[in-house]
Amino acid sequence: MLSRPLHVARTLISVYYAYMVEYRAELIFWVLSGSFPLIFLGLWNQAAQSGDLGFTPAEFARYFLGVFLVRQFTVVWVIWDFEKEVVQGKLSPLLLQPIDPVWRHFFGHVAERITRLPFIMLLVGLFCLLYPEAIWLPTPYAVVWGTLTLVLSFCLRFLIQYTFAMLAFWVEKATAIQQFWFLFYTFLSGMVAPLALFPEAVRTIALWTPFPYLIYFPASLLIGLPVDLPRGLMIMIGWGAIAFIINRILWRVGLKHYSGMGA
Amino acid sequence: MPIIDVQNLGKVYPVAVKEPGMKGTLQHFFRRTYRNIEAVKQVSFSIEPGEIVGFLGPNGAGKTTTLKMLTGLIHPSTGSVDISGHRPFSRQPKFLQQITLVMGQKQQLIWDLPALDSLRINAAVYSIGASDFRQRVGELAEMLSIQDQLKQPVRKLSLGERMKAEMLAALLHRPQVLFLDEPTLGLDVNAQTAVRKFLQEYNVRYGATILLTSHYMADITALCDRVLVIHQGSLIYDGRLEALLEQFAPYREVAVEFDSGQTIEQDKLRTYGNLQKLEGCKATFLVPTDHLTHMVSSLLNTLKIQDLSIAEPPIEDVIAKVFETGRT
Repeated sequence: MLSRPLHVARTLISVYYAYMVEYRAELIFWVLSGSFPLIFLGLWNQAAQSGDLGFTPAEFARYFLGVFLVRQFTVVWVIWDFEKEVVQGKLSPLLLQPIDPVWRHFFGHVAERITRLPFIMLLVGLFCLLYPEAIWLPTPYAVVWGTLTLVLSFCLRFLIQYTFAMLAFWVEKATAIQQFWFLFYTFLSGMVAPLALFPEAVRTIALWTPFPYLIYFPASLLIGLPVDLPRGLMIMIGWGAIAFIINRILWRVGLKHYSGMGA
Repeated sequence: MPIIDVQNLGKVYPVAVKEPGMKGTLQHFFRRTYRNIEAVKQVSFSIEPGEIVGFLGPNGAGKTTTLKMLTGLIHPSTGSVDISGHRPFSRQPKFLQQITLVMGQKQQLIWDLPALDSLRINAAVYSIGASDFRQRVGELAEMLSIQDQLKQPVRKLSLGERMKAEMLAALLHRPQVLFLDEPTLGLDVNAQTAVRKFLQEYNVRYGATILLTSHYMADITALCDRVLVIHQGSLIYDGRLEALLEQFAPYREVAVEFDSGQTIEQDKLRTYGNLQKLEGCKATFLVPTDHLTHMVSSLLNTLKIQDLSIAEPPIEDVIAKVFETGRT
């Protein structure tokens, strides 16, 4: 007999996996919609061929493949679901179960990753066919730390977005805040360009924000670009802790407000 | 000792007020004004274990707000609630294990999956072991007659089947206190009857306490001996359903069919009671209950009667009268 939390986690993952499989056709489009990095790759590849950017076309290709992988495994949409639950009052029945509603969302995301996996593999295979020069064999160090930071990165992104989602208790469109956040995420996370290409001052500031740790940091580790691992981990944990504390405070105060307005 | 004990319960809501038109919209944007609505006022009652109590009131009377306070979804502004020794709003796991709330319009089952998958989640969340799970699902599904539908996606079920599956999900952890908000809303007559029968059986089998709201009086008459009537947030009646009906409708409807051989004069018939209708040989009277015996015997003694029946006035009419006056 598994312990209760493990049993709950396993059940939620298996049920939500079944749920996601129902949406397999849509999933292909979601995976494709995350192929932004491959478009940027085309652009940077051109640029790399025409000037000295410090990155060879193969390195660019590798970097954006890393970005693509990180993006695929860290997609989070909890704010849209949570906002719907609050606005439509669907949160109420969930509050009456002896489990925090966040776990349904969290394991729903985990299950979706598993469903997505074959499509990701397919795209990676396609990518390797198009850019055979970019194929690399990751070192054990890259595999271990890359994977660990990838998981941490997903948790951090989930936590931050779930914290923004708490604002749904007060405003009708919490997703608007998420869209604003996405602007910074797009530029500072390393999604459009490796951070190494940023001006020194911008890079220094960016590295204190959570953004680079959502893409650039795990992607760099995966492909073997040099990063300050201990510092990066500390910053990730630090931002995670801040988000967690704010999240729990907002959850408590928000629930009171939600119930005050009629639940 | 009561399992539900409610003392001086009250709830005040702030509601945003907006004037119509552009000016109102701008004002609303820059400076929101709120008005306090007293949804529930000084409500007190207690319910013993195993009782089935109907909670009646017109729309907006405060029924759902009260149910939400009893389940811990909303915090009372005043007063106290005790459910089986627990304060609902702290939503302790022990408390949540003992209660359930079924809302006719809200669903907890995952739409695109068979109900059985959602039930698996509930089993894990409520720590129900595999063999218990199979046994309970089997038992409840049999009571609800939905054994075959549990493996179909919820979206493919009829409204009645879905409601039954929702009921199964809500009762899988075998709660002792059931709060049901319009559990038969929108169901056809057969499905309503099935849900009622199931609730009755559940109550008898597990000794569960049930507090239910419904707009269908048939639910209330079939299930509840006792009713609470709430009107504009205040509890205006707490007692037996029959006593309420007697108090508000102290009359009976007497339908008579005369022998066709005699001439029936309307004026003469009026002397027997309040004549409602006369069509050929058939007449209907409204008679105060305390005059009923006298009226019927004088009818039988003076006229040739082929058929006579006495009926209670429709319960919907009586309750509508209670809601209309707002007092008992």
